[in-house]
Amino acid sequence: MFEIILIMAIAVALAYPLGRYMTGVFSGQAHFSDRLFNPIEKVIYRCIGINPGVSMTWKSYGVAFLLSNLVLGIIAFLILKFQHVLPMNPDGIGPLSWDLALHTAVSFLTNTNQQHYSGQAQLSYLSQGTLIVTLQFVTPAMGLAVCVAMLRGMVGGRDEKFAKDGQERDLGNYYVDVVRGLTRVFIPLAAVVALILASQGVPSTFKGAQNVETLDSQSEVTEQTIPVGPVASMVAIKQLGTNGGGWYGPNSSNPLENPTPVSNAVETIALVLIPMGVVFLAGGMVRRKKFGVMSFVVMAVFSVSFIGLTVYSELQPNAAFNELAAEGSNWEGKETRFGPELSALWGTLTTQTSNGSVNAMHDSFNPVGGLMTRSGMLINGIWGGIGSGFVNFVIYVWIAVFLSGLMIGRTPELFGKKVETREITLLGSLIVLPTIVLLGFTAITVALPALTGNSNPGFHAISQVFYEYTSAFANNGSGFEGLGDDTVWWNISCVIVLILGRYLPLIIPLAIAGMMAKKRTIPTSKASLSVESVTFGVTLVAVILILNFLSFLPAAVIGPIGEALQLASLGVEG
Amino acid sequence: MTTLNSSSAGSIITGIRFSATLIIVCGVIYTGATTLVGEQLFSHQASGSIIEKDGKAIGSELIAQDFQAPNYFYARPSAAGYDPTGTGGSNLAPSNPELREQVRARSQSIQALEGVDANKIPPELLAASGAGLDPHISPQAAEFQAPRIANTRGLQLNQVKALIDEHTEGKQLGLFGQPRVNVLKLNIALDNASMKNENTED
Repeated sequence: MFEIILIMAIAVALAYPLGRYMTGVFSGQAHFSDRLFNPIEKVIYRCIGINPGVSMTWKSYGVAFLLSNLVLGIIAFLILKFQHVLPMNPDGIGPLSWDLALHTAVSFLTNTNQQHYSGQAQLSYLSQGTLIVTLQFVTPAMGLAVCVAMLRGMVGGRDEKFAKDGQERDLGNYYVDVVRGLTRVFIPLAAVVALILASQGVPSTFKGAQNVETLDSQSEVTEQTIPVGPVASMVAIKQLGTNGGGWYGPNSSNPLENPTPVSNAVETIALVLIPMGVVFLAGGMVRRKKFGVMSFVVMAVFSVSFIGLTVYSELQPNAAFNELAAEGSNWEGKETRFGPELSALWGTLTTQTSNGSVNAMHDSFNPVGGLMTRSGMLINGIWGGIGSGFVNFVIYVWIAVFLSGLMIGRTPELFGKKVETREITLLGSLIVLPTIVLLGFTAITVALPALTGNSNPGFHAISQVFYEYTSAFANNGSGFEGLGDDTVWWNISCVIVLILGRYLPLIIPLAIAGMMAKKRTIPTSKASLSVESVTFGVTLVAVILILNFLSFLPAAVIGPIGEALQLASLGVEG
Repeated sequence: MTTLNSSSAGSIITGIRFSATLIIVCGVIYTGATTLVGEQLFSHQASGSIIEKDGKAIGSELIAQDFQAPNYFYARPSAAGYDPTGTGGSNLAPSNPELREQVRARSQSIQALEGVDANKIPPELLAASGAGLDPHISPQAAEFQAPRIANTRGLQLNQVKALIDEHTEGKQLGLFGQPRVNVLKLNIALDNASMKNENTED
């Protein structure tokens, strides 16, 4: 318990100054970091061939975002498909199948890092150390850029002061925002984390695997191959960038990827640090710090209660161990050096933040733990993915503003910009989208048993399928890993879900913010709804709960809730 | 300030140059620099924390080995057969009858080996770890095995317990971590202790 509180306290204590620093980076004012980074960025802008002074409307910003994704995606697919003929492949690894290469490219491009391959066994050093690492840096920076542009739009754009009503507004320069995020936030943080991890025992080398002869000659396993590589540098950005795709198959439960309690604490903090920082950044960008604080508190309420329930769940015994062992916690799929509490903490945070890395196997969590992890992904706005998480949160805010406006009989508005029919229609489409996609694909897959590839029977089988699609849509990437998911059906259906889950929930809010930006600003009066109040915070919590209950409660009943009831009814069985 | 226009989004060429530049910055410069600096600063850890005995690599501090001989402490069960290249967990749900069967089989063989009742066995010794390579067990799980080790090795029980204490790792920085024992290091220490005993007896 003490360690959970300590880790969360350190995370918040670091996130606040980080949020203030990022506000400086993105606000467009002169900043102390300019002296160091301006010359570097100038070279990068010249290589890309852009003029950093160019401003973009929401449309140009969105087009630039989509265009850069398309090109990067094609490059990623080609590298994965042809890794066997490309350099940096000391272990002689072959090519990926076309569907696996496509799934892997899209999965990393969408900041999801869902893996249908097994890390070190199927990817070359070039694929992992260069391509995947690049995507793990660039995609959170892209999400952050879109979020920053949306926040600028919410307060009328960078040219609010002198632009006319109805005129398209300046939301910033997409390429500049991505590059500044990389050079000033992601790369320096990742370098520090990578070195700490290397000191703890995460491999950091370009040498090939090490062979050892083991101690006990009576064992059938007398030799081991210890796979190493440039692991630390990748794990650092995997954790910091809400990516989650690990070097080794079982991710940070593998002792080479997460060797000690200190590495675990650092990786857990890295997991929430930037998503938390973005909340404070948001308060700074809209020049209303209290809005940042309200958002932080609402997210913290969800986060802490989910952590509490998951920890409680995993401290309970695993039903399969009943009368076969001494009383104890659920140890299946967990590592001794972390124990059930820190595994539950990680499990909760990784699904809330859209990270998806794991330090224990979620498939073997008790049912309540499984319910909490998938709930975090369904809400997808408690901290959330970098940028994308806060964008999702703003969707809830707009809906809560609209509902509160109706309840008190005022025109719904946020920061003086009216929320009207056009915006609400678009928001409505974002609310039904996950329901249709997740329930639809789960229904099809479950209906055709030849497609599923389950490792578990009964209620848990439905959970495995639902979890996989939820994880794809939320761009999370964690899995109930027992699923046999490297098939054409799983690869292609997940590619569709990944794309829908990444681009629509980023582009539509950007469009809404762009459309609202050019509206006339209503001056604040006493009658205006205060989004910084406790009342609004409570309304927002209710909106988040009700929307998700309505959408996904039935699916939870035939999944983890059914499983929990089934285990309870079995009782003491021999 | 430049005026806003629709062509400011850039072209496919911008996308290609953008991708290529960032692959070099993130994938080549960042990865290369941090990996090399990490390797220089922490050469033992950076290359897999290999343990050597008489100049021969006999394992990694971080990777569990399979111990079958009754005079060694055994590690936690592995769903990966203790193969670091096939690392993984069981991924079996608590409701899965297969998990129940696996745990029952493990429980029975440990009951027979240690001569104890099921309700004395620490659950972690029956539970497959997350990656199948967990190098640690809890001090309780080590003490649980101590009487058998003392018997098979002809050592005093106190001697074995003292070795466990010596190899129990505590909190890092005084803050992080549960007490745990590295099974491979403990077994190496056991071999050394047995050897010393034989030498003094000679």
